[in-house]
Amino acid sequence: METSSHLLEVNDLAVSFFTYAGEVQAVRGISWYLNKNETIALVGESGCGKSVTIQTVMGLLQSPGRVTGGSVRFEERDMLGLSAKELRQLQGNHMTMIFQDPLSYLNPTMRVGEQIAESYRLHHKVSRSEAEARVLDMMHLISFPEPERNMYAYPHQLSGGMRQRIMVAMALICNPQVLFADEPTTALDVTIQAQIIELMNSLKEKLNTAIVLITHDLGVVANMAQRIYVMYAGKIVERGSAKDIFYRPKHPYTWGLLASVPRLDADQSRDFRYIPGTPPDLLNPPKGCPFAARCRYACRACVSSIPEEMAFDSEDHRASCWLYHPGAEALLAAAERERGMQR
Amino acid sequence: MSRPVLLETKNLRKTFEIKGRGVLTAVNGVSISLHEGETLGMVGESGCGKTTLGRTIVKLYRPDAGQILYRGQDISRFSRAENLRYRKDVQMIYQDPYASLDPLSVVSTSIAEGLDIHGLYPGKARRERVLELLQMVGLNKEHANRFPHEFSGGQRQRIGIARALAVEPKLIVCDEPISALDVSIQAQVMNLLVRLQRDMGLSYLFITHDLSMVRAISDRIAVMYLGSIVELAPAATLYKEHCHPYTEALLSAIPLPDPDAEASRRRILLKGDIPSPVNLGPGCPFASRCPHARPICREQRPELREVSSEHFAACHEAG
Amino acid sequence: MLNRNTCPDFTPISPDELTGEEMTRPETTYFKDVWRNLKKRKTALASLFVLALLVVMVLAGPMMNEYNYYSNDYAAANQAPSALHWFGTDTLGRDLWTRVWVGGRVSLLIAILATVIPYAIGMLIGGISGYFGGKVDMFIMRLIDVLMGIPSLIYDILLIMVLGSGSIATLVIAFTITGWLGSARTTRGLVLQLKEREFVMASVTLGASPIRIILRHLLPNTLGIIVVGMTMTIPSVIFAEAFLSFIGLGITPPNPSWGQLIKEASEVFKQYPYRFIIPCIFVGLTMLCFNLLGDGLRDALDPRLRS
Repeated sequence: METSSHLLEVNDLAVSFFTYAGEVQAVRGISWYLNKNETIALVGESGCGKSVTIQTVMGLLQSPGRVTGGSVRFEERDMLGLSAKELRQLQGNHMTMIFQDPLSYLNPTMRVGEQIAESYRLHHKVSRSEAEARVLDMMHLISFPEPERNMYAYPHQLSGGMRQRIMVAMALICNPQVLFADEPTTALDVTIQAQIIELMNSLKEKLNTAIVLITHDLGVVANMAQRIYVMYAGKIVERGSAKDIFYRPKHPYTWGLLASVPRLDADQSRDFRYIPGTPPDLLNPPKGCPFAARCRYACRACVSSIPEEMAFDSEDHRASCWLYHPGAEALLAAAERERGMQR
Repeated sequence: MSRPVLLETKNLRKTFEIKGRGVLTAVNGVSISLHEGETLGMVGESGCGKTTLGRTIVKLYRPDAGQILYRGQDISRFSRAENLRYRKDVQMIYQDPYASLDPLSVVSTSIAEGLDIHGLYPGKARRERVLELLQMVGLNKEHANRFPHEFSGGQRQRIGIARALAVEPKLIVCDEPISALDVSIQAQVMNLLVRLQRDMGLSYLFITHDLSMVRAISDRIAVMYLGSIVELAPAATLYKEHCHPYTEALLSAIPLPDPDAEASRRRILLKGDIPSPVNLGPGCPFASRCPHARPICREQRPELREVSSEHFAACHEAG
Repeated sequence: MLNRNTCPDFTPISPDELTGEEMTRPETTYFKDVWRNLKKRKTALASLFVLALLVVMVLAGPMMNEYNYYSNDYAAANQAPSALHWFGTDTLGRDLWTRVWVGGRVSLLIAILATVIPYAIGMLIGGISGYFGGKVDMFIMRLIDVLMGIPSLIYDILLIMVLGSGSIATLVIAFTITGWLGSARTTRGLVLQLKEREFVMASVTLGASPIRIILRHLLPNTLGIIVVGMTMTIPSVIFAEAFLSFIGLGITPPNPSWGQLIKEASEVFKQYPYRFIIPCIFVGLTMLCFNLLGDGLRDALDPRLRS
């Protein structure tokens, strides 16, 4: 089924953090892939393992974190077996990353122009003036105001939105194949967020970069991603195209997540649909479905064993939930009746 | 509105001096009123002065000009006893659940702090009250002797709510209480706030940057920009008949969780960033980014005026 | 994996059975955390052990033989270390083993008192200065600046001359008068950061009095860093006491302290060097151990190392 034609492929990846209290299983066997020129989103709440996954793929996983299983392949290469030198070749050149908080990733004592040029000069043997010309091109491309002047500014002289643009420019200057965006707009105001989403979407078209978006904001996802992986407690509970996830969700967690988002375009009662409780502690992950404790449709099977992944209307739309087991028809019917009433 | 006014601000102004750079005007002549049992949503982006407004109302800051009236009385003229009473009646819920609880105090100590200060529920009743409050916010007695760092963000936020509720307040200023939380947890905390309001007749001043969340909880919503209120209207009116260009841009910037709707949606993209609130010039604060700005907008600051019943806007174009 | 042979049990669970709010981790406190981190640092742990041993010895050491620290015995004067006198005797025939441990009592007691008392005062003043800010802060800070400008030794000497030398109390008072300055400054800095934290604001809006906020919230939260400062201050107090005794302004004979012993021995250093070296070793060892312990504590408290 999974052919190796994907640009990036993660198979059964497991990552644990070994702390004083024991092994925290942050990522517990997840598989996903990324094709050329597409945007996928890993969606989930804090602690679901989405950031750890990306750090592992980028080779940025730090002690006490350790990969405990699975593989990561980028263009047929095994990422987990690369030497530090080979990894550096890929980082910043073929794979880059933008972060939530630009200020802590920018060097406060260096002009932003030099910072944008840095990775380009590292990976391409070019002169200073060539690099500078390239930086100016890039700043024009992201419609940065007054690039000729602002390339000599220091990060603290720029606003939050401008800094995030600088991060985007730094990440894209080497024309990478994959861009990882870890909550790229979470720290920004809505009007600025709208600008950055627009920018990333247009650059993706222009530069043919594939994007892996990590976020908890379903609004941002709806604007950017073609395919979505919903993560919960270190596992992927549902995956599918954006339309599958938004219009035909199957997993109760996805239902809950979608229902929690207030809709501007619909009248709403004072009752917010919400998921009670908190995600499980991955120091002692539950034996069964990780969502069982917060799921209003949970049954005994959910607590005792982990459900298998099932395909729905298309091969690519899959979810792991006991409700779809042939024996659970009555439960599913009840659940769908209830959901129908809510809507 | 028939309900009596609980709190009112009149032309409230708060500035901060920034050494070597000038004066930062955080709140620039804000007049609002809040009725008993009402929720007033206060919406704006970072740096618009909404948090400063909230903190001035709970007397963490002293205003430079203007008044705050609580049940018709000027709070700056309160006696010691009246002040303590005000501290009991007006509470605040904070933004950062990781900074709002003393890391060295167990949950029950944090929650009971207000009880101890105001001498409420003395002796044996204290412990019962703490357990009752924990239950009210969906936690249980096993949580009472734990330290804050053992809780998740949402749980901590609920502990903060329990602490504010302990002294039986009339008004709670909620300063971005959900913005640091995950979506599913946000809805959980919002629901809790709605339920508590219903059960106890609380009034809320709900400060947030999130126009979509505030909609369902607010009776009226005020939109702030650079220290001023630019539009104020009943919630339903604001979303349907807003007339300030900033409100319009703000609403259109919010991404909808709906790919098809997003694909067909026309978005007003504001150019540039929010200007610095240091050394504000004359004219409309929004003029520099406004797509409809005229010369008069840069010279004269528009007053907040009633454009239709209960609906106020500060724009030369509105009306 | 799903077991194909047995059908899964699809009976629904009532919502009360699982609340999703269970806490599975063991309870920990801030100080348990610090202790766990400290345990990993072997040098700090070894220092703590040596210090504990020293405390036991200054308490029990004098009781290990039949001599006392003040009785002269000219018949036994100037003896080298032997089975009878383990560290030898001094010019007046007093047993040095006993005198070293009794001296240790005095030195350690002064060190601890002259650290804890000024720190407590400094924390309170610094807490007030930082919390209230404005004119109060300005006045206290300028006062500290002025006082710090004068070398502390000058105060110490003047004070001891006024109060009369010799007693532990005099030395502790002398050290306290100058010792609070540094801790007041440190505490003020920490309080300035802490008072912007929302839990402090929450206390204010609950109506807490400034004293309650300072004592219940601000000072306890500075304690971790302050304890490190204290551990690092103790060695300098030990040294200062030794120095004052050495120049004749410290503990008066026949009462011993490590500084006093060093002074007495220095007069006959050429003939009996071990009399000088033994107390020196103890002063050095104590200072080293406190410094290493302070280092370890600082690392253990470092928030970057905690998760």
